Parts: sequence; structure tokens; C-alpha cells
Amino acid sequence: MTVTHETIGKGEVLLAVDQVSLSFGGIKAITDVSFDIRKGEIRAIIGPNGAGKTSMLNVINGFYHPQQGKITFKGQTRSKMRPSVAASQGIARTFQNVALFKGMSTLDNIMSGRTLKMNSHFFWQCFRHGPAMAEEIRHREFVEDIIDFLEIQAIRKVPVGKLPYGLQKRVELGRALAMEPDLLLLDEPMAGMNLEEKEDMSRFIIDVNTQYGTTIALIEHDMGVVMDLSDRVVVLEYGRKLADGTPDEVKADQNVIDAYLGVAH
Amino acid sequence: MDILFKVLIDPFLQMGAMPDLFVQTIWDGFVTGVLYALIALGFVLIFKASGVFNFAQGIMVVFAALTLVGLYEMGLPAPLAVLVTLGVMFVLAVAIERVVLRPLVNQPDIILFMATFGITYFLIGLGELIFGGNPKQMITDQLYLPRGAIEVKMLGGFVQFQKIDIAAAVIAVVMIVALAVFFQKTRIGRALRAVADSHKAALSVGISLNQIWVIVWFTAGIVALVTGIMWGARSDVSFGLQVIALKALPVLILGGFTSVPGAIVGGLIIGIGEKLGEFYWGPLVGGGIESWLAYCIALGFLLFRPQGLFGDKIIERI
Repeated sequence: MTVTHETIGKGEVLLAVDQVSLSFGGIKAITDVSFDIRKGEIRAIIGPNGAGKTSMLNVINGFYHPQQGKITFKGQTRSKMRPSVAASQGIARTFQNVALFKGMSTLDNIMSGRTLKMNSHFFWQCFRHGPAMAEEIRHREFVEDIIDFLEIQAIRKVPVGKLPYGLQKRVELGRALAMEPDLLLLDEPMAGMNLEEKEDMSRFIIDVNTQYGTTIALIEHDMGVVMDLSDRVVVLEYGRKLADGTPDEVKADQNVIDAYLGVAH
Repeated sequence: MDILFKVLIDPFLQMGAMPDLFVQTIWDGFVTGVLYALIALGFVLIFKASGVFNFAQGIMVVFAALTLVGLYEMGLPAPLAVLVTLGVMFVLAVAIERVVLRPLVNQPDIILFMATFGITYFLIGLGELIFGGNPKQMITDQLYLPRGAIEVKMLGGFVQFQKIDIAAAVIAVVMIVALAVFFQKTRIGRALRAVADSHKAALSVGISLNQIWVIVWFTAGIVALVTGIMWGARSDVSFGLQVIALKALPVLILGGFTSVPGAIVGGLIIGIGEKLGEFYWGPLVGGGIESWLAYCIALGFLLFRPQGLFGDKIIERI
């Protein structure tokens, strides 16, 4: 695994995972995996079911703490992240099975993404006055921009529990965007969507990447989508790294072909 | 026919015949209802934020009141005793978060529920150890709570309003308004509602679960202290008081487990219903209606409106 693609990655390394291993009791979810994510790129993590892709995202944003290895984010090296630190340092994410605040409206859900950006005093918030009011308006404008961007104006006030799945995924993306992340982790953003919804979501992902310059790491099973969207792809199988490179390189890799298509023994 | 007359018509005739007595009964029920509502409020707060049905809320009421009186008896001036008691409730909230909630995060609700049983028995033991098991007299004058009664001449008779009851109602209203503002208008309030909906999503946007839990349990502790003072002033402070927590159950079923206004309206309906039932219909069955009528009302609600008057209707796409 000495291949590094200087020419492909757009900039410096934003996040690096170094020889990370994670196990639950006797089950090894991730074994000695290293890869990096560079500033400005779309990085895909693929692999068969149970390969450790979601575990990897959970390690990156601090839900899981690996037993071995290091995570370097923005030049700071840690052996484990805490979710609150990851969030405040600029890592946002979505979940494989949508995790939204079901009782709250679309607007409130996305507003909750601004939690860490708000800092007016609690006293003023109670009265909706003074600095708190100005702050609320400022954040509300930002959130309205996101709502426009994701084309979900019509469902602004609807409790998200009542929305169809595809729209819920969109709201979840909106909440992550509201955090103005430097690194956006998307766990199967297109799972369970029809072709049209997939195309919409692909467009949003590309726009986020180009317009806001957000670095994106995504897990996806639809190979067409992955190969079209991503700059570089890392392939996991049984918790180990199988291949790493551009979509074309990965597609041509014999190990990857074997893993996906099976191999005659 | 005689029994039908006694059940359906006679009580209303009595109400009409002595309207002053009727008003008095309503007022008594109202005050009881306010106290039920306060207890239910403590449950709702914790249920909203951590999804836990906190069986220990009743004992928290007793423990807070006991601490207050105990500290006063040890020689602290009353206002200082209140502050120290608030400090104790804060320490309790932090301890519960550290020792009980944090290790049990992401466990099924039933496990957390059982853990609150543990907290209950722990607090009973701790309270007895420090302050002894004997009933104590709540301090009222020292807390500047009014004493005595106002008699109002109305409807051809006199209706008596205890000043302490009026104070209880006013304090309850102030506290409920403050909590409503806190939940609806502040960032912490929004974070609380977020935590109530999904722990992992809340974590992912940078909300600290630990901090939120401490805030919620501390708030419930404050509510418990106020309830303890008010209830203690009406009877006395003893461990027997914790059974009133069971009265919060029908209130919650009526009002909905997740609704603050629901807890209030539910509390009032149960309180007033109980007193009216006891006074006008109780004699028909030899009295004692008060102790079970609330549960019957709750049962009726479970059949026709399981989410309560104000509870969130649970809609899930499958």
C-alpha cells in the first residue's frame, strides 16, 4: 500500500487514519487500516456488507474508540475522538438509518445544527431580546439558505417524522450542512432511494463540494454513483483495507473484483 | 330507580342547594391538583429529555424537603438552608448522571427504569441515615410563606381560602411559565428536545448528553424541592409522602407523558375530580373514593386516548 496519488488529491491532508484497529470483544471490526482524506476531495469508502465502513465513520467522529491507531485531523493527532470535539472541530455526519429529531419541524432540525455556533447568553435567549434576537435572525438566515439549496421550502414547518424517507435524508443532510463542516461524513446517503432521488442527492453532494469547498467522505453501495462522484476510493473487506486509489484504479484492481464478484477456489 | 336518583341527580341537587360548599370543594380540589401537577411536571421533564420514567421523582420530593428541614434543624438560617438544599440537588443530579445514566447509555428503557428504582431505595436509605426516619414539621414562617386563611362571603355562605394554598398556586404558575420559556425559547431548550428525540443525532451536532442530563435532573430536583415545601406545609415531611408520586401516574396518562401543559391540566382534572367525587358521590359507597377514582379516570383515557390530552401522537412510518 505505498501508492499515494499526489496528482489526484486536490490539496493537503485534512484527516488521516493511521493503523486503526477496532474490535468488539472477540469480533474484529477494523484491522490495521490506514488512509487519508485530502482537503476538497470527495472520498468514497466502499466494501461488501460488514466490511467495517460504518465503524470507520464512527471512529472518525468519535462514536467508537479504536483500541489501536491514531487519527490526525487538521494537524492534531489523537488516539480517539470525542463526539463533541469532533463536532466542534468541524466534522458533521449523517446516518445510515436516518437519525433526525422526529418530533421537531424541518426548520428546527436544521437549526439544531447551529447549536455550536450560537453563544449568546442564556439570559437573553429566555426573553428573545437583545443579542439573542440578532443571533437567532442571523442563524435563521443561514438555515433558510440551506433550505433553499436543498429545495425543501415546502416542508419547512412539517414535523420530520411525517416525511417520506427520501426527504428525511435530505433534511439530515441539511442539518449536517448547517454545522458548516470542514469534513462531511455521509453514511449511505442514497440508500433506499429511487433513481430520480439519487440523481438529486448526487447533485447536492457535488454542489456542496464545489460551491462550499466541503471535503466529503461517503459510504455508498451504488457503484455507478461512487465511480461518478468520487475523486478517490478506499475499499474495505472484513475490516482490512483491500485497495485505495482513483475509481479507475480501483475498478481494475484484481483483489476488488474478487471481493465483489467472488472468486473460484 | 332509587340508586339512579342518588347517583345521577341527587349530587347535583346538593351542589345547587349549597353553592358555597361546592365552591369550597372545587378550590380544595384545585389546590390538590396544583400539587399533583408539580409532581407530574418533574416526571415530564426527565421523560422528555432522557426517555426515562423516573420512579425516584417521589422520593426526590421527600429527600429535598427532608434536607431543607434537616439543615434548618441543624442551625442553618432558612434562606441559607434553601440554597444549600439546591446545592445538594445539583450534586445529586451530577452523581446520578455519572453513576447511573452514563454507564447505562443506549441501554433499553426498562433498564433505566429499573435503575431509578435503585435510586429510590438509595435515597430512602441516605435520607434516614442522615436525618432520621421520624416525620418532621415543614418550616413555613421562616420561608416567608403566609399562614392563616381568608374567608370570603359568597353565595350565601363562607368560602375559606388558606393563604398557603394561594401561595402554592402562584408559585406553581410562575415556575411553569419559567419552564415553558426555558424549553421553547432557549438554545438549551432546543438541545433538550433534540436529546429527547435521538441521542446519537444530538451527539453528532455537538450537543453534550452529559451536560443536558445534569441540567434536566437538576431542574427536576428544583421542582421536587418546591413540591416538597408546598406538600410538606400541608401535612408533614415523612417518607410516607412518596406515595403521592403514584398519583402522578394517572395525571401523566391524562395529560400525556411528554407535555408540560398536559401535566398541569391533568393534575387539575384529577385533583378537582377526586374532591368532587369524594364529597358528593363518596357517601354512596361509604367513602374512600379519593384513593382510586384517579386511576379509573386514567383507565378510561387509556381506552380512548392513549397518548393523553396533549401528548405527542406517535406516528411512525414503517
